[in-house]
Amino acid sequence: MDLLFSSLEIIARWDVIAALFVGSIGGVLVGALPGVGAAVAIAIMLPATFILEPIVGLTALLGVYGSSMFGGAIPAILVNTPGTPVNALTTYDGFPMTKRGEARRALSLAYSASFFGGIFSILCLMVFAPVLAKIAPMFGAREIFLAALLGIVMVVLTHRGQVLAAGTLACFGIFLQTIGIEGTAYTQRYTFGQGWLQNGIDLIVVVLGIFAISQAFVLFMDSDKNFPMPHIGKRGFFRTMGELFKFKRIATVSSAFGVICGMIPGVGEFMSQFMAYSYAQRTSKTPELFGKGNPEGLIASEAANNSVPAAAMVPLLALGIPGEELTAMMLSVFFVHNVIPGPQLFANQMDFVLALYLCLILLNILVVLFLFLATDTLMKVMLIPNRFLGMMILTFSLIGVYSLRNSLKDVFIAVGFGVFGMILKRLDYPTSPVILGIVLGGLMEDKLRTAMVRVRQPWDFIDRPVAFILFALIVLALGTHFWTLWKARHGDVVDEIHTDPPA
Amino acid sequence: MEDHDTSEPHVFPHGRKPGELLFCFLFLLFSAALLAQIGWQTTWLPGKALAAQPRLWPAISLGGAVIFGALHLRLTRKVQRRPGRWREAMVWLRSLEYVCWYVVYVLAIPAIGYLPSTILFCVLLTLRLGYRSGRAVLSALAFALFVVLVFKTGFNVKIPGGALYELAPDRLRYILIRYF
Repeated sequence: MDLLFSSLEIIARWDVIAALFVGSIGGVLVGALPGVGAAVAIAIMLPATFILEPIVGLTALLGVYGSSMFGGAIPAILVNTPGTPVNALTTYDGFPMTKRGEARRALSLAYSASFFGGIFSILCLMVFAPVLAKIAPMFGAREIFLAALLGIVMVVLTHRGQVLAAGTLACFGIFLQTIGIEGTAYTQRYTFGQGWLQNGIDLIVVVLGIFAISQAFVLFMDSDKNFPMPHIGKRGFFRTMGELFKFKRIATVSSAFGVICGMIPGVGEFMSQFMAYSYAQRTSKTPELFGKGNPEGLIASEAANNSVPAAAMVPLLALGIPGEELTAMMLSVFFVHNVIPGPQLFANQMDFVLALYLCLILLNILVVLFLFLATDTLMKVMLIPNRFLGMMILTFSLIGVYSLRNSLKDVFIAVGFGVFGMILKRLDYPTSPVILGIVLGGLMEDKLRTAMVRVRQPWDFIDRPVAFILFALIVLALGTHFWTLWKARHGDVVDEIHTDPPA
Repeated sequence: MEDHDTSEPHVFPHGRKPGELLFCFLFLLFSAALLAQIGWQTTWLPGKALAAQPRLWPAISLGGAVIFGALHLRLTRKVQRRPGRWREAMVWLRSLEYVCWYVVYVLAIPAIGYLPSTILFCVLLTLRLGYRSGRAVLSALAFALFVVLVFKTGFNVKIPGGALYELAPDRLRYILIRYF
């Protein structure tokens, strides 16, 4: 109980409350804008949060992270365009429902499923927090190295059909963090004699380039889309919200997929919604209606998405290992304030961790109330033309890039990564392996060097239980991947979710 | 490898996009060129353990990028191509125009100040993008003012004042440099 009061004390401040409002409502707005998404918003906001205290900055960023998926469901359902990439599967059942004249029902189900997923994952983590606090100190240098390696392996393997591209980009990310003067023998690596490369390439500059500036360029190169705005009916959201309880099994299992996928570094929303959707379809009494407006598909996708953010904070807080690109960005907030996430944080500052989870609960409540009251107004946000939106993103991104050090070199590096990111996005290549490569690559180098001091034989590296389990998970992930490839080559595997496309 | 049916619902992209092979080839070339310079650009310290060698991680990462890149290029070649490679390459090059806009915007800030350069950037870029109505220009102007008032005036983010502000009278100059 003392812990709870201590946590409440941390968040009972005007600046945390303000961050909650700004993050949650801002996140919904960002999510509702097709072509922006949480990654762009967090990349832009990141440098501004450095002047705030960690709890305030993280609350605002978590707000955007958690609420953007709520907002992303609106264009996915109403105009068949996912607001954020992770709402992709929502379109398959949400839009046909809109075409049937059930837009309000679809929105209400999406909001309630997202809310359920969010609260479910937070409650799971609060229940398991004491266990995590006990396990976290078991992570030494070799365990953290193996967990980071697992993150890299998973971020590559979970990009189905793009494993080789993801591998190339993850390796490129790892290479980027090696540039500059390394910290042990102080030798230069890939500086080409240039002074401006000696300090390495700043993660924030890369993030702003790959996520924000690139998105502006993508929007500039596209034509504007004119969405026909559907009528969403007058029946109240609250009345249809209770319908979720008819699908409580789907909602619970999908949320559980989200929690598990969120906790494993490198997995995240895409895999969780894919698994949840597959499960819902396999166990449905009407699988043939998936893709034609089946509420089960909509609920599976939204519940799985929204249970990831809270779970993704676990590897970040407990081990200092970000599971995906958004938590990788948040890691820099900790570093700027000299708060080192990892086993000590979970063991010694549990009130801080609990405060973050309480913020997430409040955030989910705020967002769902806001959406029930303001969806009609939010629909107007989608009418902002694409390229005008690109101009806005580019203007915002300057604040982050230029205010860091007032350095023109940072600007050139950021626009360089902006062009690179634009090419990746136009080719449908994933950008997260680059960012995770940068963050986890540095961690792996550091921890491997520390760990190898005590390792006499290769077996010593995995002679502790947690290290062995992590090693086994890596072997299992790789083994499963190659087994699936082998089976696919022999025609035994059905690789896709089979439904008819939305008309 | 065959092109999948793109009408099926999926969260993972399929098939080969125009320009993909070109990108794979250029990226592989770039990674290989970097790897070829590893002896010159990194150091091997005699007597140090492998894990402590400054060359280890550049070798792992660039080696990995070359191996993955080569395999990816090989597999991409087998996927049925969609025409438009050079048209796509032209799109990549066309983005350089907006790079120039951005760089000019950044260069203008220390000269004419954050507020005027942001207003000019937003309004002129809006016109360049084809939004010529009075409503669009006013929206761009309002947006520029919003950005400056929130970030520079409100949050005091670290953006230098313009040389042009030096021409203003003493008291106004301080306000301009500090808040705009």
